[in-house]
Amino acid sequence: MANADDGQPSNPRVGTTVEKYNDDNMPRPGTAVVASDDVQNPGFPPFRPRVADLYPAKEREQERRISGLFFVSIVGSVLAVAAYIAFPIIAGDIGSVRINNLLLGIGITLGLLGIGVGAVHWSKSLMEGHDLVEQRHGTRGTDATRAKAVDVFTLGNKESGFGRRSLIRNSLIGALVVTPLPAIVLFRDLAPATDPVELLRHTLWAKGVRLTKDPSGTPIKASEVTLGSAFHVIPEGLNDLHNKLEEKAKAAVLLMRLKPEDLNVSPERADWNYNGIVAYSKICTHVGCPVALYEQQTHHLLCPCHQSQFDITHEAKVIFGPAKRPLPQLPITVDADGYLIARSDFTQPVGPSFWERSL
Amino acid sequence: MTTTEDRPATSLQPTRGARFTGWAGNYIDERTSISGLVKELGRKIFPDHWSFMLGEVALYSFIVILLSGTFLTFFFQASMVPVVYDGSWAPLKGIEMSAAMKSALDISFDIRGGLLMRQVHHWAALLFIASIGLHMLRIYFTGAFRKPREINWLIGFLLFVLAMAEGFTGYSLPDDLLSGNGLRIIDGMVKGVPIIGTWISYLLFGGEFPGTDIVGRLYTLHILLLPAILVAALGVHMLLLIINKHTQFAGPGRTNDNVVGAPIMPVFAAKAGGFFFIVFGVIVLIASLFTINPIWVYGPYDPSPVSAGTQPDWYIGFADGALRLVPPGWEVVLGGYTLSLNILVVLAVVGIFLVVVALYPFLEAWITGDKREHHIADRPRNAPVRTAIGAAGVTFYAVLWAAASSDLIATHFRLTIEGVIHGCQVLLITGPIIAYFVAKRVCVGLQKKDREIALHGYESGRIVRLPGGEYIEVHEQLDDYERWKLVSFEDYTPLMIRPNAQGRITVNQRVRAAASNWFFEDRIAPVTRTEIEKSHSHEA
Repeated sequence: MANADDGQPSNPRVGTTVEKYNDDNMPRPGTAVVASDDVQNPGFPPFRPRVADLYPAKEREQERRISGLFFVSIVGSVLAVAAYIAFPIIAGDIGSVRINNLLLGIGITLGLLGIGVGAVHWSKSLMEGHDLVEQRHGTRGTDATRAKAVDVFTLGNKESGFGRRSLIRNSLIGALVVTPLPAIVLFRDLAPATDPVELLRHTLWAKGVRLTKDPSGTPIKASEVTLGSAFHVIPEGLNDLHNKLEEKAKAAVLLMRLKPEDLNVSPERADWNYNGIVAYSKICTHVGCPVALYEQQTHHLLCPCHQSQFDITHEAKVIFGPAKRPLPQLPITVDADGYLIARSDFTQPVGPSFWERSL
Repeated sequence: MTTTEDRPATSLQPTRGARFTGWAGNYIDERTSISGLVKELGRKIFPDHWSFMLGEVALYSFIVILLSGTFLTFFFQASMVPVVYDGSWAPLKGIEMSAAMKSALDISFDIRGGLLMRQVHHWAALLFIASIGLHMLRIYFTGAFRKPREINWLIGFLLFVLAMAEGFTGYSLPDDLLSGNGLRIIDGMVKGVPIIGTWISYLLFGGEFPGTDIVGRLYTLHILLLPAILVAALGVHMLLLIINKHTQFAGPGRTNDNVVGAPIMPVFAAKAGGFFFIVFGVIVLIASLFTINPIWVYGPYDPSPVSAGTQPDWYIGFADGALRLVPPGWEVVLGGYTLSLNILVVLAVVGIFLVVVALYPFLEAWITGDKREHHIADRPRNAPVRTAIGAAGVTFYAVLWAAASSDLIATHFRLTIEGVIHGCQVLLITGPIIAYFVAKRVCVGLQKKDREIALHGYESGRIVRLPGGEYIEVHEQLDDYERWKLVSFEDYTPLMIRPNAQGRITVNQRVRAAASNWFFEDRIAPVTRTEIEKSHSHEA
């Protein structure tokens, strides 16, 4: 930043002694106006005496008050210990937790506030109350100090040959740049060897997998799904998996029954619903919250996290909010026993978008 | 240096206590030369103003966080191993959950004082971030970030970001339904990052979301890595505070060259030490009276259910609100690769906002061309454009923050969700502009008022009837001390465009002059001595 072309004349009156203690290096004033006519600092106001300064008798009273506060603190701490012992938590009794929390807390509060208020009161009422003045000095070191500091580096450079021996220096810099590489590579095994993109493309759903209720895992008959009802659905067998939550985070489905004439079905999805029963992924295509709120009258789904709305009558297309893609639809039908089953896995990855999603 | 272990000589027979402190002081000094430090710092002066407390609140609540957090680590199990809950909280008995959630419930219901410590920890964390935010606003609006304190502003900014990171990692540890949903959103956002997003998410969660590693990993960050960096940065922050000495507001006798206030020993030590106990006490009082983060109501994490009105902790709200305000359809596929603009734009907006906050001192220094040291804190009105920029920034943040509660606003005020979102979208653009102009006008208005009072005094409320029947209100003059507070600020003029040594006017020059003109154009000059004398002779 070239200050020379600021266009402002450097006026020696500008700058307080903080800046001027070393006149050669006095900083530029920038654009401050130097008034020859400014109001003068009136100097320190007279000391405003406090009660204890005026009436020595009051000093005793203040003293008693302060030590009284410290005694309150002692009492509070003792009370807290007493409450810890006298009001234990009784298994199954939530009221006992509340009492324990309250009395222990109040005791500790008294213990702390007694000290705090007492100390502040002491400092304000009895301790010497006159303001003191300390001079500031410029933050930069003196020229002599700075010259010495420069000497240190010059000597260091000379004695080591850091600047002169460029081969050594550059190879050292090279080595230092490369050393952290193993540390970065080491983090590869934070996750297993599998390719995450492949995992994101598949869920537990497959041809013939029964739709079951979340969380019980009981299969759902098509006849159970009455008009206007909605079911939270998981694939059959999910509850027996060891990686249940990971699979559920992809496979959770919302099942609804609409009047078949309310559905606007595209030709390629003609056989994906069963008598107006449709199944959509419950994982929002925005950032993955469960789209759990179903509005029966309008057949809209609302994501409570960021308010994206999906219209079930139009194959869950986005009608409001930050999500871009419709919720993926799970193709369903019924098996021989009348239970709802999947016709296949989702035909596209569920959940939030990712870089490789459309590849 | 003495070679013998001589006790300090005293002329009078000292009491036993004095003999002991003398001996102890000597013992320590001969091994640490601590007397030098005491001499340097013991009577250091700290100026006083209520707004200087905000930073103290942050420091003290951090100590409370360390103390209560240490207690919690003795009981918390950072493991996602599935267990069946069998503790005291009946509604969750027999439910499968992670060991982390179970231990958090046990801390709440089966350990005496455990619930209190959990709530102390959470309330203190909220107070920590809130007080850092207010402290930053105080520094900003009083111009206390100017030379030589720009670096300390940056360190303070780092502390603010670290505090938010600490808050988020801590919030995620109990592995309850809300914290799991928070992580799900993080996962979704990370996946939206081009090229590396999918892999970063995969590595972070140790496989597919949610996996069984994330709580343990966040725990290491939360109790080791982040606090270590935080404590180190806090140390440097305090060290620079001591080196630069505290700023003070303008007042009679105070100049840019001195510090006026109370010495550390004893007054400031008593006040600040006492204040630590007050902050601690108030946090404990709140924790014993008000429930925070009732994880037992939410239940363990499950990717399927979610409750309406889902809210992050308030300090993350602005980022969550930004996610909500993105208009529909912001996602494109380019050459087969998905570009999630609905996430990238949010990251960019929040990122740029934070970068501008971090770099503001350097921007202002460039615009004003001011290279001097400033130790007198500005009154916000005396830097109208800075105050207006601050007001615009606060408004921008506030709108994002409000947007994070759009659904609650809609239900409370019986509005439509869409209407609230659209309203916030409009406000996000117009709000800061309106706030900028309003704040600037208010500042200039207040400056004019100050001028008026400095010159003509204030209305006394005393009505006098003159012999001619005219009624006037008597104006009382200010004394010199009061007037000084109103008139002691610096006047600036915009930079002028001048050719440089080569006779050229650079683009840099032009931009800077324009910026300077914008910054200093509307400004009221401080009252001069002549004006005061004139007005007094006129009124006399």
